[in-house]
Amino acid sequence: MLTLQCPYCGVMAEETELSAGGEAHLKRFGPGSTDADFETYMFMRENPKGVHFERWRHANGCGKWFHAARCTVTLEVFGTYTAQTSVPPADLLDKIRAARPGFKWREFE
Amino acid sequence: MKRYSVFAVAREAQRYHSGWERAWRSPEPKKSYDVIIVGAGGHGLATAYYLGKNFGITNVAIIEKGWLGGGNTGRNTTIIRSNYLQDPSAAIYEKARDLYETLSQDLNYNVMFSPRGVIMLAQTHHEVRGYQRTAHANALQGVKTEFIGPEKVKEIVPIINIDGPRYPVLGGLLQKRGGTARHDAVAWGYARACSDMGMDIIQKCEVTGVRRIAGRVVGVETTKGSIDCNKLGIVVAGHSGVLADMAGFRLPIESAALQALVSEPIKPCMDVVVMANTVHGYMSQSDKGEMVIGGGTDSFNNYTQRGSFHHIEETVRALVETFPMISRLKMLRQWGGIVDMTGDRSPIISKTPLENCFINCGWGTGGFKAIPGSGWAMAELMAKGYSPLANEFSVDRFKEGRFIDESVAAGVAH
Repeated sequence: MLTLQCPYCGVMAEETELSAGGEAHLKRFGPGSTDADFETYMFMRENPKGVHFERWRHANGCGKWFHAARCTVTLEVFGTYTAQTSVPPADLLDKIRAARPGFKWREFE
Repeated sequence: MKRYSVFAVAREAQRYHSGWERAWRSPEPKKSYDVIIVGAGGHGLATAYYLGKNFGITNVAIIEKGWLGGGNTGRNTTIIRSNYLQDPSAAIYEKARDLYETLSQDLNYNVMFSPRGVIMLAQTHHEVRGYQRTAHANALQGVKTEFIGPEKVKEIVPIINIDGPRYPVLGGLLQKRGGTARHDAVAWGYARACSDMGMDIIQKCEVTGVRRIAGRVVGVETTKGSIDCNKLGIVVAGHSGVLADMAGFRLPIESAALQALVSEPIKPCMDVVVMANTVHGYMSQSDKGEMVIGGGTDSFNNYTQRGSFHHIEETVRALVETFPMISRLKMLRQWGGIVDMTGDRSPIISKTPLENCFINCGWGTGGFKAIPGSGWAMAELMAKGYSPLANEFSVDRFKEGRFIDESVAAGVAH
C-alpha cells in the first residue's frame, strides 16, 4: 500500500487517508487562450512509466493539498513537498536524477 | 492450417492426438512489412485479422513485448455488452457484440461466447432514471435492452437481496444478448487466423523506438532489430503513453491499475452477469464455478499490474450487501491490469500527427467487449484512411470539445 508523508502535518499517511489529485504543476489556461493551449491544459497528460509528479490531498487528515514525486512502476516515493510552488524543489530533482539516470518529465531532465 | 471439427477430433482420437499442429507460427521478423501492429492483445490481433479478411492486407507483423493475450486481454472479467448511452459508443460496441455472435464460426476456434444476459442494477432513484434513459436511447440505436423491475431481477438472479438497507435493488437494465466469452480463446483464435493468413506474430519482442522521417513513420526499433513498415498501428492499451512518447506525440490518457478477483469454485448459482455500478462491483460465474468479481480502478497513475489492496476489500464489502451468500466464499486469486483512461471514458481510434501512424487506445476499463468491433474499425481506418465506426473516436475530439461522455453511462464497471 502506498504511503506518503504529509509535508504539513508530518503524518505518514497511507493511501486510504489520501486522495489523488492528478498531475502536478499544470499551467492553467482560461478564456481567450488558444484551442491547443486549452486542450493541453485540460486533457494532455504526462503519464510516465517512471517518476511522476502529482498532487495529493491529505483528505482524511489535515485536509491540505501537497505534491509528491513517485515512481509509477515501483511506487517508490522520492519525496513530498508543499503546494506553494510551481516547480519541483531542486534538491528533489537532483535526488531523482541520481537514482534514475535518463529521468525525463516535461521540461525537466 | 488444419481446421478444427468433430471429424478432426475423431481422427486424432485414433492416433493418440499426435497430429495436432501448433495454433500459430513463431517466426523471426522479416526486414520489412506493409503494416506493423504493435501489441498482440485482442485489439491488435483483431485489427490484423480484419486487415487481412476485409482488405486483403496480409504482409503484416504483430509485435508483442510479452506473450500474446498476456496483458489486459487475459486480465479482464470477460463481460460483453453494448448498452451504452451515446450513439457512437452504441454503434461500435453493438458491432463488436454482433461479431461475437458468430466469432467462433468465423475463426474456426471456440471462443465460448455465452449470451447469458447482463443486468445493470439500479440501486438509487437517480440510477433508475439513468437506465430508463439508456433503455430508450438503446431502442433508438437498435440495441435490444429493457428496463425491468426489482421482482423480475430477483426472478432472474435468485441469490440477490433486493431489500438491502443502504442500496435496495429498484430495477435493472437487462441486455439479454450480452454475456461473456473465453478471453484467452478470443486472442488465440484471432492469432491462429492471422498466422494462417501469413501474418507474423512476433512475441517477446519489445518496441524500443519509432523511426521517423519528415512526419512519416518508416519503421520501428525492437529488441529483435530494426523492422521497416509502410504503416504503423499502435494498439498497446496501458502502455499507449510510452509508445506515443517514442513516436513523439502526446495523448489525453492516464494509466492506472484495475483489479479483478475470483472466488473458489461453487455450484452453479447465477447464470447472468450482474453489475452494481453504485457500489462499484460486478459479478458473474465462470464455467468452472468461480464467482468472477471486478472492482475499482486505482485513483492514481501506475503501471504496477496489481493494484491497491484496499480496493479488494471495498469491492467485496460492497457486493456482500447485494449478494449476502458471497460473505461465506473464500477468494482464490486476484490480479490487475493497466487500463488507459481518457477524459470522457471513451476510446481513441484515430490518425496521429504522423501521417502513416494510427492509434487505437483509451478503452480504459471496458476493452474486452469491444475487441471485434475495435479491430474492424481500426483495420478500416488503417486501410482506407476513414472509418464510419471510428470517425467520432478521433483524438481531435478533445480539442474540438465533442466528447463522447460515457463516464456516467459506462460508470466504473464495464
